[in-house]
Amino acid sequence: MDVKRQRRAPILEALEEYKEMRIVPFDVPGHKRGKGNRELTEFLGEKCLTIDVNSMKPLDNLCHPISVIKEAEALAADAFGAKHAFLMVGGTTSAVQSMIMVACKRGDKIIMPRNVHKSAINALVVCGAVPVYVNPGINKEVGIPLGMSYEDVKKAILENPDAKAVMVNNPTYYGICSPLKAITELAHEHGMLVLADEAHGTHFYFNDNLPASAMSVGADMASVSMHKTGGSLTQSSLLLINNDVSKGYVRQIINLTQTTSASYLLMSSLDISRRNLALHGKEIFDNVIRMVEYARDEINKIGGYYAFGRELINGDTVFDFDVTKLSVHTREVGLAGIEVYDLLRDEYGIQIEFGDIGNILAIVSVGDNLLAIDRLVSSISEIKRLYAKEDITMMLDHEYIDPEVVMTPQDAFYAPKTSVPIKESCGAVSSEFVMCYPPGIPILAPGERITQDILDYIEYAKDKGCSLTGTQDIDIKNINIVTQL
Amino acid sequence: MELWYTEEHSDNVRFSIRVDKQLYSGKSEFQRIDILYSNEFGTFLTLDSLMMLTEKDEFIYHDMIVHVPMAVNPAIKKVLVIGGGDGGTVRELARYKTIEQIDLVEIDEMVVEACRKYLPTTTCSLDDERVNIYYEDGLRFVRHIENEYDLIIVDSTDSFGPGESLFTKAFYGNCYKALKEDGILVNQHESPYYAAYANSFKRAHSRIVEFFPITKVYEAHIPTYPSGYWMFGFASKKYDPVEDLKADEWNALKLETGYYNTDLHRNCFSLPNYVKRILEDSDE
Repeated sequence: MDVKRQRRAPILEALEEYKEMRIVPFDVPGHKRGKGNRELTEFLGEKCLTIDVNSMKPLDNLCHPISVIKEAEALAADAFGAKHAFLMVGGTTSAVQSMIMVACKRGDKIIMPRNVHKSAINALVVCGAVPVYVNPGINKEVGIPLGMSYEDVKKAILENPDAKAVMVNNPTYYGICSPLKAITELAHEHGMLVLADEAHGTHFYFNDNLPASAMSVGADMASVSMHKTGGSLTQSSLLLINNDVSKGYVRQIINLTQTTSASYLLMSSLDISRRNLALHGKEIFDNVIRMVEYARDEINKIGGYYAFGRELINGDTVFDFDVTKLSVHTREVGLAGIEVYDLLRDEYGIQIEFGDIGNILAIVSVGDNLLAIDRLVSSISEIKRLYAKEDITMMLDHEYIDPEVVMTPQDAFYAPKTSVPIKESCGAVSSEFVMCYPPGIPILAPGERITQDILDYIEYAKDKGCSLTGTQDIDIKNINIVTQL
Repeated sequence: MELWYTEEHSDNVRFSIRVDKQLYSGKSEFQRIDILYSNEFGTFLTLDSLMMLTEKDEFIYHDMIVHVPMAVNPAIKKVLVIGGGDGGTVRELARYKTIEQIDLVEIDEMVVEACRKYLPTTTCSLDDERVNIYYEDGLRFVRHIENEYDLIIVDSTDSFGPGESLFTKAFYGNCYKALKEDGILVNQHESPYYAAYANSFKRAHSRIVEFFPITKVYEAHIPTYPSGYWMFGFASKKYDPVEDLKADEWNALKLETGYYNTDLHRNCFSLPNYVKRILEDSDE
């Protein structure tokens, strides 16, 4: 990384110059630097509205970057150690989908863990690629799905030598990393691409005390959620490419679905955050690591709760652990994760990232301080004192159920189907998704068999207050099942 | 030269004091600290440009935050003061020979150091042998404590800034846990007048009510605080602040005070209707 170059922020600089030019806008957006929408300007601030502008020569164009966006992308690539970086404005969802559509055409196989984010399986519905799922390991104690074991990936590769790519979560939502370097080497020996979903791993690129990043171990593509832990605006993201992946082809694929009116608010936020991470990332994440370690120790002192950490590492399905993830197992306190999540918000004014069946996850980042951490810890401690339940026998103890895949996601999604009450769907093949959001990891994906175990899980999650999504029926009472296999 | 300290009591109201000279200005990890001298109010302390105390009227605040609970339970032996780095609350507590231990938990050591230098009238008892000073977050300190204190005094800044966590449900719950079964919690309770302060006033009350069977609010006239009208909260597991007042016992101590007396004690819990209504609203 060239530190001197990293001090630049070409998009920010171009926008500042553009403001100086005092151009009279007779182009879109129609709010004309906010003058046409006073209420919005009042709410968001004039500074924000004056740079909500359209692509033009001095500001470049994300669909075909030749000047300042090109420079910003080159700087991002340099900061992340990639061959090239694409600024993304459709969230990491669009980055994940682009990776898959670059690697696979209709009918091509892709090896992936089943606990991927729904954006990955959505991509399969769109492009018609066929998933070869590797079941993630499960930690019995805390019930969470882990990474893929090296041997399982090897088996999938040997059984499916025609597969085009292997996809890896680096890390999972809970901070679990698979043996990415070994998997990458193995996949490359068999001529397969390695795609990393690094939605939760932006910070890996800027601190040596964190797990290895995808680019550093030679993976071919990675989707990096700058907005999650990197400080940029919501919906902004990066797609990194490496090795022999064609920059031009990736751009074509991105342009199939990406907006032609990319927001300069999002792009400048990527530019500024990249600069900040490149220049100060090490100290920022040193500080985050210190804060989370403190929180983990304090929470574990309360008793009952288990804030897990590096002790989970087993060299395989937990090859490494991202210590910046503050995940807490809540089942022994007699509360579902989602219940603690709701209590924190409703009673203590604290919003955390998610709560599921047995765990909660709090995101700690560049924007936090110890006072806020202590507020979180004290609130968690009070929740135990005031709400803990003795009897935990009726509580579900796992977050993941191995699916039986009957059809490809695309075939199932477009198959002849009928809507039936979800309770009566046992044994049928689902044509759609069911998931808790967050975290957005499907309980059921299109093409999978609906089992009693899955129905019990859905019922339990609903009962505890999880927000379920995915089905055509917004109330999640009915589900579309495939009528013609 | 004209030099004025101006504080915005609301977006539309300003309060100004002519300043003779600035004695100290510093920036800590938590806040900006200024100490100024005025011919009208003497030396005064501001944190993040908000008035904390003046030499001339601090006796009102410190009388009311200390003597009210002490006259309800003169047997109090172990006291926790959260905030209060200026030392005024500790000074009043230290006058009771029967108190055995005073723990002061102040997040900002720079406040204490600056006050020791420029406000000796309030810091004079910080070196009393019964006093232990801890420089840490009050919320963190109280989290680990159970059934230990007879009295907790929350002598905090406002509910915005570093004092924010001292207005949370987690904090009040932790205080409840840290108090003995006849424990008393007294807190700086903001003002019911201007909207921003009235919101904190209301929120604090509704959170305290969730934990303590007895919760009352009392008033004092503090000229240099927004609206000049300030509130304190009295919460207890056992004592009613008026019915259980030990007036004779307290008067027998013969403590000289500038504001507090036991007649005023009985009356300061009588509140104007508009304040009562805010409290009723927050009870719902």
